[in-house]
Amino acid sequence: MLTCKEVTHLLSEGQDRKLTVAERVRLEMHLLICSGCSNFGRQMNFLRSACRRYVDRRSRGHDRAD
Amino acid sequence: MTANFDSAFLTEMRRDLLRFARLQLRDNALAEDTVQEAIAGALAGGREFAGRSALKTWVFAILRNKIVDAIRERSRSINVSALSVDEEAMDETFDGLFKPNAHWQPESRPADWGDPEAALNQEQFWAVFETCLEHLPANTARVFMMREFLEFDTDEVCAELKISTSNCHVILHRARTGLRRCLEKNWFASGGASC
Ligand SMILES: [Zn+2]
Repeated sequence: MLTCKEVTHLLSEGQDRKLTVAERVRLEMHLLICSGCSNFGRQMNFLRSACRRYVDRRSRGHDRAD
Repeated sequence: MTANFDSAFLTEMRRDLLRFARLQLRDNALAEDTVQEAIAGALAGGREFAGRSALKTWVFAILRNKIVDAIRERSRSINVSALSVDEEAMDETFDGLFKPNAHWQPESRPADWGDPEAALNQEQFWAVFETCLEHLPANTARVFMMREFLEFDTDEVCAELKISTSNCHVILHRARTGLRRCLEKNWFASGGASC
């Protein structure tokens, strides 16, 4: 079974490359029983959306005022 | 065409772009020059812009390319994979979240952030987010922002900065876990904006 530390690496790498089927299965099994890593995974997704939105805000500025 | 854009708008645009360039370049003079060139380049092209947003989007696209050029230039003279004291400290902090068996310490287990997307609509959240980005060590920040802000593939980031793929993953993991901790401490654990 994967350790939580290993899971954080897989969850981060999942943002950057396609995980293998074997990796995904092991990951899902861990997430089913570990709330800490499940929260960590959702937080990684949130970071990605926050970064996208940040760039959007900086590049478009205050559209609503136009 | 400049006449269509009042100086308050240009000042605000310049400020936004400068903040973005500084975060990634970590060099005020270089950031100023890069932004200046991007604005001059956009206005000198003789293009017509439909409005403020169109101009800003265009300048921003030019700025992105210029930031990439500057990072590429710099990566010739610095070793991106060398660990600074700050990066070593981040790794120690991260290791400290786990028990010896590499599972979370009960008090460090990541908490449920509820509906974090709601934070994206709050001005104060963005101030915290920016501060957390500023706190990332320079090399860690450079790799992370190339990936997330300039939207390079991981392979391209590694190739541009001449680092191995596995090292790239280690650096991105370090950046993300650092940002996660910073946001948790300064926003989500403190209940966000007190309103
Ligand atoms: Zn876990």
